[in-house]
Amino acid sequence: MPPIPDTIYFFGTCLVDLMYPQAGVSAMQLIQRAGVKVIFPPAQTCCGQPAWNSGYRDEARSVARAQIALFPKPIPIVIPSGSCAGMMKVHYPELFAGQPDEAQAVDVASRVYELTEFLVDVLHIELQDLGEPVTVAVHTSCSARREMGVADKIESLLGQLSNVQRVEHARKPECCGFGGTFAVKEPEISAAMVLDKVTHIRHAQPDRLISQECGCLLNISGTMEKQGDAIPHQHIAEFLWERTSMASTSLSQRTDRSLSEVEGNTTEGTP
Amino acid sequence: MTSTFRTTVRTNLAKPEVRANFYRAMDGLMTRRLDQFPDKAELERLRTQSMAIRANALSKLPELLETLEANLTRNGIQVHWAETTDQANQIVLSILQKHNAKSIIKGKSMVSEEMGLNHFLEALGIEALESDLGEFIIQLDHEAPSHIIMPAIHKNRIQIAKLFHEKFPDIPYTEDVDELTQMARRILRDKFYATTVGLSGVNFMVAETGTLCLVENEGNGRMSTTAPSVHIAVTGIEKVVESLSDVPPLLSILTRSATGQPITTYFNMISGPRKPGEKDGPEEVHLVLLDNGRSNIYSDPELLATLRCIRCGACINHCPVYVRIGGHSYGTVYPGPIGSILEPQKAGLDVHGELAQASTLCGACSEVCPVRIPIPSILNRLRYDGVRRDTANTNTVGSGKRRTLSEAATWKTWAWAATHPTIYHAGSSLATHFKGMLPTNLGAWTTVRSAPKLAESTLHQQVKNLGVDHE
Repeated sequence: MPPIPDTIYFFGTCLVDLMYPQAGVSAMQLIQRAGVKVIFPPAQTCCGQPAWNSGYRDEARSVARAQIALFPKPIPIVIPSGSCAGMMKVHYPELFAGQPDEAQAVDVASRVYELTEFLVDVLHIELQDLGEPVTVAVHTSCSARREMGVADKIESLLGQLSNVQRVEHARKPECCGFGGTFAVKEPEISAAMVLDKVTHIRHAQPDRLISQECGCLLNISGTMEKQGDAIPHQHIAEFLWERTSMASTSLSQRTDRSLSEVEGNTTEGTP
Repeated sequence: MTSTFRTTVRTNLAKPEVRANFYRAMDGLMTRRLDQFPDKAELERLRTQSMAIRANALSKLPELLETLEANLTRNGIQVHWAETTDQANQIVLSILQKHNAKSIIKGKSMVSEEMGLNHFLEALGIEALESDLGEFIIQLDHEAPSHIIMPAIHKNRIQIAKLFHEKFPDIPYTEDVDELTQMARRILRDKFYATTVGLSGVNFMVAETGTLCLVENEGNGRMSTTAPSVHIAVTGIEKVVESLSDVPPLLSILTRSATGQPITTYFNMISGPRKPGEKDGPEEVHLVLLDNGRSNIYSDPELLATLRCIRCGACINHCPVYVRIGGHSYGTVYPGPIGSILEPQKAGLDVHGELAQASTLCGACSEVCPVRIPIPSILNRLRYDGVRRDTANTNTVGSGKRRTLSEAATWKTWAWAATHPTIYHAGSSLATHFKGMLPTNLGAWTTVRSAPKLAESTLHQQVKNLGVDHE
């Protein structure tokens, strides 16, 4: 078991940055509350995955190289996304094989943790549920499940919450059809996949949908919304923070709370 | 421009009956496979062993093929080499002509599909009759297989009953599966005896002993390889294994991965023609070894893993894309994940390179592959080969042919922005600031989804207020 570090780097991912900043904020708050200092290198942009998966390796490498330079200290790099973590952990060594900076890429890869993995395996986080009873459906991302092999971590975190009941849905391990550029390049197949995913989740009648991947959430929730009758959805970090911080919000509250509320929570949660 | 693939996908997605057929079949196959591997550790051990057996065979492929040829010849099996499918067809034709044969009865063989053998022979007035039940059904309907193990999986019982009734109006209509099977069996039985030449595929070729192994359930494989006086086996050069002891683990993981069976009804080991004094078996056995691009795949260490495939179809059964679009959408002999890596390599990225895009890279295929083929990695490599500029550094056919100016420019711009944080963050801040003015119609994305909603402010902006070290 790795020791609990004093300090970690946080890589927010571009989707979190633009669409789900609250997930990033909550993730950092959870880590800070455990007494670990968080460094957020401001020059971070994107891990390079979109170009890598599209075959544009030179472009992916130049973007990846810029990120690698941001993490010089020998401390963990925590990422609130299975696919971006997978990009850095699994694909950076492939992308930089034979390059002059291969060693730095491998070093960065060796320090990458997906958020739920870090919370469970490194921080051994203990959660006290302060929220009202709620049922949730979990969508584990394919990257978290297969590339990173950490899909059980989100389940174990939710299992710690006494008032949270998990409901299962059909074909849970199946891909939601996002796949980054796949959703744009093969829109018909992607649409068929996400419509089925939405149907299965709706059948389970959860109060909320929780995932560790903002790409999947964007895809699934966007589809639910377009069809009407959206189920509230949240990134696991935001859900965990909400359930365990004193100022936990009520079920009906929208997920994109304003910054001022969050700031109010910051100090209360710190040990 | 809309490609043929996209058009076919659209058509097939709109057929609820076909989709339902695939769902039912694939759900059943996934469950049956799972039931065969109650011990996960045993499964992983067997996968590792099977991968090693196949990797070992490929690592010494030229040498093993020489040994194989020597031992097959010693056993009395005539070996023929074909670089192209045309050559393979000509070899089969010359054997038929030698025996003055006007028809051929076939056991199941994907390589013969690859050769387009039926069409080739029929154009010459030679009847090629499929004897595998699934192949028999789709041949009646003038279709191609939609799956490598279960060629007629896209049809349900009622559709098959109607088809039989249409083609054999003298036989009473029935929807009973056993009766339908018996009907096909009766029709085929006489053909086995009347036909001079039988053809089959091969699952494993054992170099050490010069043995051809054939896995099947219905007995048509055994009939095709024993009843006619001439047996022609056709297969790809990659199907060789080094020794007889390599076969049991591969056979075990093949049947369990494919149809969820612990063992199949028949396992044929063909080691030569009928010997003097023997009562049955063909008098001549031929093996046609087809290359058709395989040597080229073999020459690339990263793509070589493609050839480990033992054609179990587990990747197909578990693929969320295949289950929705069906095998015919691919427009290739091999569909699904294995088809998406094999076909672009065989025919060229310019021809089938689009298949490498038809994946979310979810990894369900590689998770179940019995020989651990890293399918998502190979898909990624093929995407790279498709758009790369240094095409001299790869042997992949059609390299660089998928590169378009507009897409290349898009990625170049993206990379420029993502390596200039000030620009990047100014852009994202602006986007969140003016999010109300962003378009709500985003083409493909918004056909079933609402447009993504940008946050009030980016994480970068919020971090400053969080007491996070912003170094």
